[in-house]
Amino acid sequence: MLLHVHNVSKSFGGLQALNDVSFELPEGQILGLIGPNGAGKTTLFNVINCVYPPTTGRVTFRGADVTGKKPYDVSRMGMARTHQIVRPLSELTVRENVMVGACYGSHGHRLREAAQIADEVLAFIGLGERADQLAGSLNVAQKKRLELARALAARPQLLLLDEVLAGLNPSEVGAMVETIQHIRETGVTIIMIEHLMHALMKLADYVLVLEFGELIASGTPEEVTSNPAVIEAYLGDPKLAEGLMDSA
Amino acid sequence: MNPGFLLAYLIDGLLIGFVYGIAAMGLTLIWGVMNVINLAHGPIIALGMFGVYLLYTGAHINPYLALLIVAAVGLGGGFMIYWIAIHRVINAPHLSTLLATFAVNMIIIGLGTAAFSTSPYTMDFSLGSLTLGVVTIQGTRIVAALAAILVTGGLYLFLYRTATGKYVRAVANNRAAAELMGIPSARILALSFGLGTLLAMVSGGLIATFFPFTILSGGAYELKSFVIGVLGGLGNPLGALAGGLILGLFEGIIPAFVPNTWVPVFEFLLFVLILLVRPTGLFGAKR
Amino acid sequence: MKDQQQSSVALPLPAGRAAYALGVWRNPGLWLVLAVVGLVGAYPIITNQAATREAIFTTLLSIALASSLNILLGYTGYVSFGHVVFFGLGGYLGMYLLNSGVGLPVAVLAGGMIAGLLAFLLGSAILRLRGAYFALATIGINEAMRTFISNFGPFGGPTGISLNFAVYKPYGGAAQALWLTYYSLLSLTLVAIVLSFQVKHSKFGLGLRAIREDEDAAEVMGVITPRAKTWAYVLSAIIPGMAGVLFFFKNGNIEPLDAFRLHFSIELLVMVMLGGQGTVLGPVLGAAGYQQLRGFLLTNPTFKDYQLVLAGALLLLIVLFIPAGAIGWLRARFPRLRRVLP
Repeated sequence: MLLHVHNVSKSFGGLQALNDVSFELPEGQILGLIGPNGAGKTTLFNVINCVYPPTTGRVTFRGADVTGKKPYDVSRMGMARTHQIVRPLSELTVRENVMVGACYGSHGHRLREAAQIADEVLAFIGLGERADQLAGSLNVAQKKRLELARALAARPQLLLLDEVLAGLNPSEVGAMVETIQHIRETGVTIIMIEHLMHALMKLADYVLVLEFGELIASGTPEEVTSNPAVIEAYLGDPKLAEGLMDSA
Repeated sequence: MNPGFLLAYLIDGLLIGFVYGIAAMGLTLIWGVMNVINLAHGPIIALGMFGVYLLYTGAHINPYLALLIVAAVGLGGGFMIYWIAIHRVINAPHLSTLLATFAVNMIIIGLGTAAFSTSPYTMDFSLGSLTLGVVTIQGTRIVAALAAILVTGGLYLFLYRTATGKYVRAVANNRAAAELMGIPSARILALSFGLGTLLAMVSGGLIATFFPFTILSGGAYELKSFVIGVLGGLGNPLGALAGGLILGLFEGIIPAFVPNTWVPVFEFLLFVLILLVRPTGLFGAKR
Repeated sequence: MKDQQQSSVALPLPAGRAAYALGVWRNPGLWLVLAVVGLVGAYPIITNQAATREAIFTTLLSIALASSLNILLGYTGYVSFGHVVFFGLGGYLGMYLLNSGVGLPVAVLAGGMIAGLLAFLLGSAILRLRGAYFALATIGINEAMRTFISNFGPFGGPTGISLNFAVYKPYGGAAQALWLTYYSLLSLTLVAIVLSFQVKHSKFGLGLRAIREDEDAAEVMGVITPRAKTWAYVLSAIIPGMAGVLFFFKNGNIEPLDAFRLHFSIELLVMVMLGGQGTVLGPVLGAAGYQQLRGFLLTNPTFKDYQLVLAGALLLLIVLFIPAGAIGWLRARFPRLRRVLP
């Protein structure tokens, strides 16, 4: 197992954001993570990549217990992520942004190698032309791609994608889905938080559903979308329910 | 040490503590509402000292009456400083507001030095003294402490009993949300800076009634205000008063045990320590 | 997307990347600034003028200190208001050692080491604080150090340390010793510029700049932020510590108020800001410009009394209207210049 989440709970003050979440992730899979807004999806990501420690429970990554470690520890062990709200290093060029990923990721490349990797990744992701631009000058869709490029340059074994498709237009979504498929072909394991069910249907091998911090269902995309508990959970969120119905 | 002396030191320290408190309140109000550390705080305190001095020595106005004039000037001056020096960089990184207020510091010190030189001034003013057993207390210090309490009360009435005060608290709490509610945030920020300046000048004016001063004297009180502000929790005006009292007592007690010159060493160590351990202050909420 | 990937191999290297492939040392801007500083520094030596030497000494000192501060301020994004603490502490230790018979080179190294050590010890604690809280802590540390040294007997308490005249003897007397400090400071300044350049164009510096832009994101990308920040702090402290020894050796005595003058710290911030924080050239240009202006205002009879007012007004104008500083403004205005203006 590449990643093992054991009985993880997380509370902020009185708010229980995650409650006894457990799952295992074998190598090479794409795992989808869905759930209504505020279900705790991003919190789960933050616990997995050690932005904060779980209140109780443990996380093991590549056989090592990483509970209580720091994000830079797991980054160097081969875990990379993108952020739902993009966080470009605005005053650095696009290339330099990606070089940070390459320099401090799993291989810890030197600057010169990192520059080469950055250019390769940027070409792959479709930002090759913009390498010398300041990251702050990109538009939102480009910034999303930059997030992904930075994560890829780290050469991760596990990639956490937090809503990389949100806010993109249909043709951009298509391109991004294709990109993610390519990434998987290179052997990278992926967990993705996503609201666009039809995209997830194409990509995910397995889907977890969170509601109010609890895991309420899991299974293949087909199983999950026909699960009555899941449909009920989504009824409070008409837009999402519609997406769920469309794909079913 | 003679217990009578210790008591006298303590009372002196406590009374000064009130005045420190309102100086720090000015700093901490500006921080709390605007997220700006006002590096012009010291020179503004010094302006308060000279304001009261000039009105008393030049125009023979009673110092406590002069204080009212100084307060009004402080409010207006604070508005002016806000619109000229701070408004443009209020959303910029901290370095910008730090340097902008430091530029104001340089301008005030420069003008002040040209006008008053850097030699010391003393106000020839006394309210006699009160003797209780072995303890003798200067009248000016008692009145200063009372004035500080009045000013604090006034600030609280303003913040908690008036609509404008409510706006100030709303802007302090969440500027963006306050703007969405239709609160004119820029004017509230200007008002807050004005109030902070007012408090600084009044504290300076009170200090001038019992200590000699120069145009550079404000610097020491600015540093004390930082210490007090951090003690009480930056952004917490009532904490500032409590912090002022603690610092005053501290300054009163320490000389009983070690030479006076060690007082600032302990003050600044305490300051750094509190920043590290409890950056929200002794009375602030836990992080 | 795949086409692009393949074609990028055949095409010549993109200009921005060539810098990394060919080595950053080919940057013309660096050699230009080293040459200019070197030449200006050599001028008093060639003409043998002691008066010009004094003026240029001050400028070189400012360049060395501002460039060092920039490692923390410009590259890492942490505003240190009390950076002079390293200058002062280095100076004190150096003076103490010199009076106990230690040679100047050893004293200078010791000054740098104690400053670096202090930064290392403080760094792990106060660099957890962000934004204004860090700035306040650095002020607190400087003031705590100043007031402590004022009470510290071995360092002479409030009166400080005066050098024995005998200390200058091995260097051929006081006049010769002044020249020696000048050569040393010139070399130290050039080292400071090279260090600043080297840090900015290293992997370590890339990590620092990532921290400056978004510390949490940098952490997620794998930058070991506490360690990187601490080393940035240490690197920015060592040269000020060494320069402190040279400055006070030349001065002949050291006092707490001179050694830990908060105002000097802030002047350094102004210099970095004036030239452009986060650039290599900025602090050099800013320090030179600031000292020129200061010299002009101080000696001009019309402005003499108002030099502080004018300097303040100028600072305000810069903060309000060109916050990126001169070099930053140029780089933003003419992106092509980014490659030649490090």
